Amino acid sequence: MSHHMIEIKNLKYKYPDGHQALKGVNLRILHGESVGIVGANGAGKSTLLMHLVGVLFPSEGEIRIGDVPVIKRTLPMIRQRVGMVFQDPDDQLFMTTVYDDVAFGPRNYKLPETEVDKLVKYALETVGILHLMNRPPYKLSGGEKRAAAIAAVLAMKPDILVMDEPTSALDPKSRRRLIELLRSFSHTKIIAAHDLDMVLDLCERTIVIKDGEVMADGPTLEIFKDEEMLDNCGLEKPLTMQNCPLCGMGNMSITPLT
Amino acid sequence: MHMADALISPVVGGAMLAASAGVAGYAIKKVQNELDEQKIPLMGVMGAFVFAAQMINFAIPATGSSGHLAGGLLLAVLLGPYAGFLTMASILIIQALFFADGGLLALGCNIFNLGFYASFIAYPLVYKQIVGKDYSSSKIIVGSILAAVVALQLGAFSVVLQTLFSGKTALPFGTFALLMQPIHLAIGVVEGLITAAVIGFLWKYRPEILEKTAAGDALGAISIRKVLVGFAIAAVLIGGVFSWFASENPDGLEWSIYHTSGVEELEAPEGIHQILAAVQSRIAFLPDYGFKNEEQETMEDAAGKGETWPAVEPGASVSGLVGGMMTMLLAGLTGFGIHIVKRRKRN
Amino acid sequence: MSSITGSFYNIRLLDELAEKKTMIHGIHPLIKILTTFVYLVITVSFHRYEISGLLPLVFYPVIVITLADIPVVPLLKRMMIAAPFIIVMGAFNPLFDTNPVLITSRLQISGGWISFVSILIKGILTILAAFLLISTTGMTRIASALRSLKIPRVFIMQLLLTYRYIAVLVEEVSRTVRAYSSRSPGEKGIKFAAWGSLTGQLLLRSMERAQRIYQSMCCRGFSGEYHVGENKRISLGDMAYFLGWSLFFIIVRYVNITAMMGSLITGA
Repeated sequence: MSHHMIEIKNLKYKYPDGHQALKGVNLRILHGESVGIVGANGAGKSTLLMHLVGVLFPSEGEIRIGDVPVIKRTLPMIRQRVGMVFQDPDDQLFMTTVYDDVAFGPRNYKLPETEVDKLVKYALETVGILHLMNRPPYKLSGGEKRAAAIAAVLAMKPDILVMDEPTSALDPKSRRRLIELLRSFSHTKIIAAHDLDMVLDLCERTIVIKDGEVMADGPTLEIFKDEEMLDNCGLEKPLTMQNCPLCGMGNMSITPLT
Repeated sequence: MHMADALISPVVGGAMLAASAGVAGYAIKKVQNELDEQKIPLMGVMGAFVFAAQMINFAIPATGSSGHLAGGLLLAVLLGPYAGFLTMASILIIQALFFADGGLLALGCNIFNLGFYASFIAYPLVYKQIVGKDYSSSKIIVGSILAAVVALQLGAFSVVLQTLFSGKTALPFGTFALLMQPIHLAIGVVEGLITAAVIGFLWKYRPEILEKTAAGDALGAISIRKVLVGFAIAAVLIGGVFSWFASENPDGLEWSIYHTSGVEELEAPEGIHQILAAVQSRIAFLPDYGFKNEEQETMEDAAGKGETWPAVEPGASVSGLVGGMMTMLLAGLTGFGIHIVKRRKRN
Repeated sequence: MSSITGSFYNIRLLDELAEKKTMIHGIHPLIKILTTFVYLVITVSFHRYEISGLLPLVFYPVIVITLADIPVVPLLKRMMIAAPFIIVMGAFNPLFDTNPVLITSRLQISGGWISFVSILIKGILTILAAFLLISTTGMTRIASALRSLKIPRVFIMQLLLTYRYIAVLVEEVSRTVRAYSSRSPGEKGIKFAAWGSLTGQLLLRSMERAQRIYQSMCCRGFSGEYHVGENKRISLGDMAYFLGWSLFFIIVRYVNITAMMGSLITGA
């Protein structure tokens, strides 16, 4: 299904203050792939994601989702196809109840209210928080907020999910639940994260970014084995792949623990 | 200072609600015409910001006391007068609902006192004239303080007028004004200083934010005059309609502030009173008309002193006390009864 | 700084109450808004020396509180917080209005005291009415009622956004203030030198947040239009609720029920 392919050609972006955040990124992501995007703070991960949903537009280069270029005119189509989960769920849950928030997207596409209701319930059911439907967002726990933010995106029925730090600020159990949830999705997934263990768990492919350029791109396990490259990019091996200093057992998890 | 429901009359509350709604309607049109959809979330978040920032205690140098931000002027500077006014209105609506700060009927008064003057008088006529297009820290400080003082003086004076026209308190106009204006001079200076501090900070680190609103305003510069003219017309119309209505219908509801004096008040329910009196004299043992006479005497006394006289009927006072207790008892019983019925249903 | 978090708990509590499912909660929000306004207008329309005639109005809060399962103690606590301004303003009355009013031929009270009590009662009733409206309706439904009053979407959207982000920003402000005061023991408030930087930083952070919110709205197809779900229709029961209460309020306004009941007993 080539029409879900994401193609990024020579993407460059300069912020209004003159900072060159992306310096020519070339990427091709296929339908159904799970791709981790890792890199140090300020490497350009978020800037890259913003381009995928047309929040930012390239200073140079081009992005295509399938056959459609990401330009102002195509935004309604692009945004229905590509769902973006923001890093801080509070930025995404801007309505006063979970239900209204999840309904925000479908309502913007002027669907009839019965259809909206179906989509909202489907999305909340998928992430397992249907019972929290009438809650105001501030009364949700961190994990529930994250789930609600994902539901808000799912209700748009996107083919591609773009996520910025989905596990940040979650307690270990909520993090585990979220990983299992994301694993169950068949969407194309693009996940930017500092949580390399999650990337190891979820993504078969990883892209390392440094100073606005792609430093490495390949199977996750191979990427994470290249300690020198990781170090060079301000990263380190995921904990599950590091030597255990207490029990002395080394490099045991060549296959990721799940 | 928030005006409270209990201190205003329906006419004052209604007229101010109408005036504020009118200004808000115009402001909404203006904001919609700007077609900057990005401004909607900005207004929303700025409203929440001011709401939260109102609770910060700012220590006032050399006084040992602390002051607070009201935020009307700051919002006008950051968002422009129209969006600033609407944002202030939202904050006041939420405060009226969740904190009974002011109240729903007094909402119009409060939006006007705290929002209108800051957005449509102090900001365009004082702040912008002084600060202009090229910022400097002394201009920011002088402009903010003067603008905040003007806004708060006008707001405080409105409170005095609204209270006076409502006729609920016995505070004489002069005393009240002498009480309010100096206090609000001090409050205004503090408000101006906080506003200046924040704007000064922005000007130093993110000047483009201020430039953006200043540029956006250029569009609306002329129409501020329109708002003022429109408001003046509205005020005259509302005042006129209400006065006419009040003079035509001096019925039980105090439609006019000018008619709060006891005369109409006493006479209006006459018909009902007469029927009641007739009913009373049949069932009661001691129809006590003596009190009524005394009441009339006091009325004359009062009239002589030029004071409006109470609608209290001393003759009814004893029964008023007893009846009052009974009313409260009955209300309590009703509540209790509903409670019991509900509990039974649940079980 | 306790007031910062205190105010947030206030919103939280009223929100929680608004989620209950009682008969009162089920009434159309517009009907409740209108009923509240009729109540307020009638309450404040009483003359400043009127006390006994006002009292039957207490039936409204009593009945709504019990039907809607609203706990009384927190409600009264909140009222105490809102009341001081009214008390102060009312307290001037006994000072300035010393005309004697006869209670019985021997007992005299100044008109100021009577109008003071009248203001207090009006204060209590109006504050209760506002709290009861919000605690049985909730902000979301009030907003949808405003929408059916044809108030433009732009305004409702930003009203709801302000309401939504109070929780987030109150948290952020109190965190910042806590961090400040933990490093400046003994200070009563933010010192002058930090007025601009502390508030300004918070402001910039809020603006950045607004930017992100806008982006996330755009990602879900926002184009300046804001859609609320359809309101349910006003039922006959709703109408009856409104008319019933209005009728009661109007009767109370024109007939001094209290005095009537008193007369029946005392024969005065």
